[in-house]
Amino acid sequence: MAERNTEKVPTVIADQVDIVYRVHGTGAGKGSATAALNRILRPGRAEKAAGVRRVHAVKKVSFVAYKGEAIGLIGTNGSGKSTLLKAVAGLLPVESGKIYTDGQPSLLGVNAALMNDLTGERNVYLGGLAMGMSREQIKERYQDIVDFSGINEKGDFITLPMRTYSSGMAARLRFSIAAAKDHDVLLIDEALATGDRKFQTRSEARIRELRKQAGTVFLVSHNNKSIRDTCERVLWLERGELRMDGPTEEVLKAYEEFTKS
Amino acid sequence: MSQVLHPPPPTPAPAEEPLAALAARHGLSVSGARPSLPQYVRDLWARRHFITAFATAKLTAQYSQAKLGQVWQVATPLLNAAVYYFIFGVLLGTSRGVADYIPFLVTGVFIWTFTQNSIMAGTRAISGNLGLVRALHFPRAALPISFALQQLQQLLFSMAALVIILLCFGVTPGVAWLLAVPTLVLQFVFNAGVSMVMARMGAKTPDIAQLMPFLLRTWMYVSGVMWSIDATLKHSDVPNFVKTLLEANPAAVYIDLMRFALIDSFKAHQLPHHVWAYALGWALLAGVGGFVYFWKAEERYGRG
Repeated sequence: MAERNTEKVPTVIADQVDIVYRVHGTGAGKGSATAALNRILRPGRAEKAAGVRRVHAVKKVSFVAYKGEAIGLIGTNGSGKSTLLKAVAGLLPVESGKIYTDGQPSLLGVNAALMNDLTGERNVYLGGLAMGMSREQIKERYQDIVDFSGINEKGDFITLPMRTYSSGMAARLRFSIAAAKDHDVLLIDEALATGDRKFQTRSEARIRELRKQAGTVFLVSHNNKSIRDTCERVLWLERGELRMDGPTEEVLKAYEEFTKS
Repeated sequence: MSQVLHPPPPTPAPAEEPLAALAARHGLSVSGARPSLPQYVRDLWARRHFITAFATAKLTAQYSQAKLGQVWQVATPLLNAAVYYFIFGVLLGTSRGVADYIPFLVTGVFIWTFTQNSIMAGTRAISGNLGLVRALHFPRAALPISFALQQLQQLLFSMAALVIILLCFGVTPGVAWLLAVPTLVLQFVFNAGVSMVMARMGAKTPDIAQLMPFLLRTWMYVSGVMWSIDATLKHSDVPNFVKTLLEANPAAVYIDLMRFALIDSFKAHQLPHHVWAYALGWALLAGVGGFVYFWKAEERYGRG
């Protein structure tokens, strides 16, 4: 690790990052109505009394990611992997500490921007625009996106509303739209698990391709095989803490040891 | 704090220099920081196609499950107008003293609905789209503006229905109809501004969405949607400040301007004094003020 800091260019730096969620209405506090009013009138002071639970999702995590690296994020469920990824993307504010990035990291995913009542075709445009692509760029890549998703292999489905798609088809279209853009820093959250076998191989190839264009790739996955295939460095988060940071084989070995017990 | 703070994890010690210095040396910027106001405007402009596409998509998706489909875009406002006519024109007889009552009423209802729906949609713009806010990076002001734009598109459908009604009631088209365009532009800016204010408040306290229908209904009844402020004030002895308040009410200003533009029998003397100044002033105040207010919390939208 020590030799990493000389000529390598850092793309993402996390400096003592803490992330805290506040959950309202857990019913843990006393009398909901008055407590709720209290919460609105005196935020902060009444937080605890009003039944707001604080969930400390990520605790004092520091790391430096460099250009050209593909970094896997592992850890058991609820260990803060996705949360950390969202904070790197600038989508979740940090409680304390700082995250520095080169350019705008993007989370691979457009699910939320798509509308089930619209045709696949219109969703390709909507999703592309939501990711910040221009109309011309989308027009240029439209055919690639549709071909990659394989939606039209079984008939002209792209002109049907997305609500008529099977869940696998919808997931494939979503991945295809999301993967259509080139990113400086790419964050992938278990996207590899979508679709059938054939599509999975195709999407893994696409991710390797994206990695070549992107400066840095972060991959969250529970699939140790896809981590081994794509990443050379792994961060292991457990209960929000960074437990290990090192070469893939080393960390995965320790992790597999940990999950066995 | 309900959980114990653990000591820093046993990670390899960071490089010799502090991480902040390393970041500064390589020109890295803080992730999720709020951009400056001019930069924010540029970002927003860069996303203009997304704003329009999102608005149109929402509009189309609205009735896509209905058998009659997009016919509802025109049918819904018409049915609304019919209900109000039945209650206020037939049952309560508010129409006395107002020439061309049906065009008067329908114009009022449509223009009011535009403001009302924009504000309602604005209140939920962030809190109702947290998935989008947490998944993608874009200037958040795109959401309330997009919803206001969707309502503007909806209003244009309503205006088509309105033109039919006007022609049926013997209102003749004239050059004055062109005044509808600046009125709509100003009203849109006003609506978008208020939407942004509500979006920020609604993002922090979603409960506001429950409260808004009551506030909006009260606002509607004082805005002269179904009755003529001018005709009522003439024959009553309300204090002067109430008169001024009623006349300066932005919703009433835009409604009256639209009536003045479209209906021949609605004469200039029925308009409050300085009505265009009011219309412009409200638009600028809400538009600029709302935008800055919304931008001030940009980095906090989407928090838990």
